[in-house]
Amino acid sequence: MRRLLWRVLELLAILRGVVRAAREPPADERDDDGIDPSCRVTPSSPGAERALAVLLVLAGLGLAAFGVLIAVDADPRLLGAVLGGGLACLAAALIVAGLRIVPQEVAVEERPPLGDERARAAALEQLRGGTEGVSRRRLIVGAAGAAGTGLAAAAVLPITALGPGAHVLDESPWRAGVALVDEDGQPIGADAVPVGSFATAFPAGADRRELGSPVVVVHVDPRTLDLPAERRTWAPEGLLAFSKICTHAGCAVSLFRYPLYEPTSDAPALVCPCHYSTFDVRRAAKVTLGPAGRPLPQLPLRIDARRRLVAGGPLSGSVGPAWWGTQRG
Amino acid sequence: MTRRRALALAVCAAVVCGWPAPSRAQSPQRHVGAGRTSGPALYDDGCVSCHGPDARGVPGRAPSLRGVGAAALDFYLATGRMPLADATIEPPRSQPPVYGAAQRHALIAYLTQLQPGGDPIPAVRPQLGDLARGRRLFADSCSGCHQIVAKGGVDPVIVAPALDEVTPLEIGEAIRVGPYLMPRFDERRLDAHDVDSIARYITEVAQHPPDRGGWGIGNVGPIPEGLVVWLLAGGVLIVVARIIGRRATG
Repeated sequence: MRRLLWRVLELLAILRGVVRAAREPPADERDDDGIDPSCRVTPSSPGAERALAVLLVLAGLGLAAFGVLIAVDADPRLLGAVLGGGLACLAAALIVAGLRIVPQEVAVEERPPLGDERARAAALEQLRGGTEGVSRRRLIVGAAGAAGTGLAAAAVLPITALGPGAHVLDESPWRAGVALVDEDGQPIGADAVPVGSFATAFPAGADRRELGSPVVVVHVDPRTLDLPAERRTWAPEGLLAFSKICTHAGCAVSLFRYPLYEPTSDAPALVCPCHYSTFDVRRAAKVTLGPAGRPLPQLPLRIDARRRLVAGGPLSGSVGPAWWGTQRG
Repeated sequence: MTRRRALALAVCAAVVCGWPAPSRAQSPQRHVGAGRTSGPALYDDGCVSCHGPDARGVPGRAPSLRGVGAAALDFYLATGRMPLADATIEPPRSQPPVYGAAQRHALIAYLTQLQPGGDPIPAVRPQLGDLARGRRLFADSCSGCHQIVAKGGVDPVIVAPALDEVTPLEIGEAIRVGPYLMPRFDERRLDAHDVDSIARYITEVAQHPPDRGGWGIGNVGPIPEGLVVWLLAGGVLIVVARIIGRRATG
């Protein structure tokens, strides 16, 4: 690494020398102090043109080599070297062209003075005359009317949005009886998630890329559950399922912590890795920390006759970031 | 001017080459149980103050060790997390462990015969694992906290440790035990082959990332990589612009 950096520094020093040399005017033009700044200097010389051609050919070779090497999956360092080298040659070619081949000149273009006195006077006259057409009273009444109309227009849509909201955003593939399957489509058994463990599950037969699809199943000691009365039956044997999409910014809630010894540790919780919203799983994913505005929607669970996990109903709320469901919590 | 610029460049180069050089915290010297080899004596010396007589635990202070199984005992002792001077902290891994292998065996034998139960010390054989499966399982169940590169991560209350130096046995024990706030995964959730596969992924790929570009930049993701690129390339661009440009005069 250190060697590489010194190489880069050496290269820069060489480049600097080249540029210095290129910038020196040809010998016959030196010491010409009385030169007119607008005079045209054409520094092109056969040497500069050759250098430009060589650099352009090198750039072409380097870039073409990159195209070939990337196809054969060469070492990334070699790929970087030829691509970077090609682009550096191209840059050097542009520097040489700019300094030694393109004509250098300084030109000053004269322009007429700005503003026409007569036109300005006429415009000012028109402006002064204009103010006399509207009286103060009419102006204020008119402006107030415009403000009132605007206010009414602004209120129309919010007023129509009051009352029961549309439930289209609540839709998810979860219905009563839908089986929970793992990433490979295999049903998840009630015994496959031991106390203190977690698993990600999807609805059987549905598109798992849908926002409402992924849920996280966690298993806690059923004696420690503290669910609201209407959710008492949603967690058979301490198995709980919640939407895996954080209600704050829609990240995947991928952290599950479960204490081995709770008195000196923290309560079981699902945590979103993006902004650390923390959901207490035993209290129906109540937010205990972080920016999430509402709990994760809970999926009621049932254990069927073959001891597989199935949904006992739809999710308890809308899935995803808070602004979707702040009305209904 | 030129000398000053060269000096600045050299300083930048030195900083870049020297980074990242993680300093490893040295574990404080502890002399608990020095010279002892009998299980009960070791227990009375280093464990009883928190875990109580007969290893029944002290409510609110430390859990019972009866029936926890050899995997849990070996994990906490071999990673140097126990014994602990202050019962309220969750210490990081520290090596070498306070107790040597013979002392650990004596302690584990004593505690497991008090009450059998729990997981035995698992046999983890990464060479039998399937690397692709290990990567997938690690992404599913571990990377949420430990990151896919196994560099560890944070939660508001805990630090999920980096897995840079862990051994396959420690991986297997941690999966079965679920130490501290880590979830636990039993045979039904991750079977022995799954554990072998995860251990293979961690020890073969995460601990020895391929770094095909020649420099891993700590293997901690795109943000430091982007920073390095911007700072290095940006610096070079500024220097080149300064060389080929001409200072405006007047």
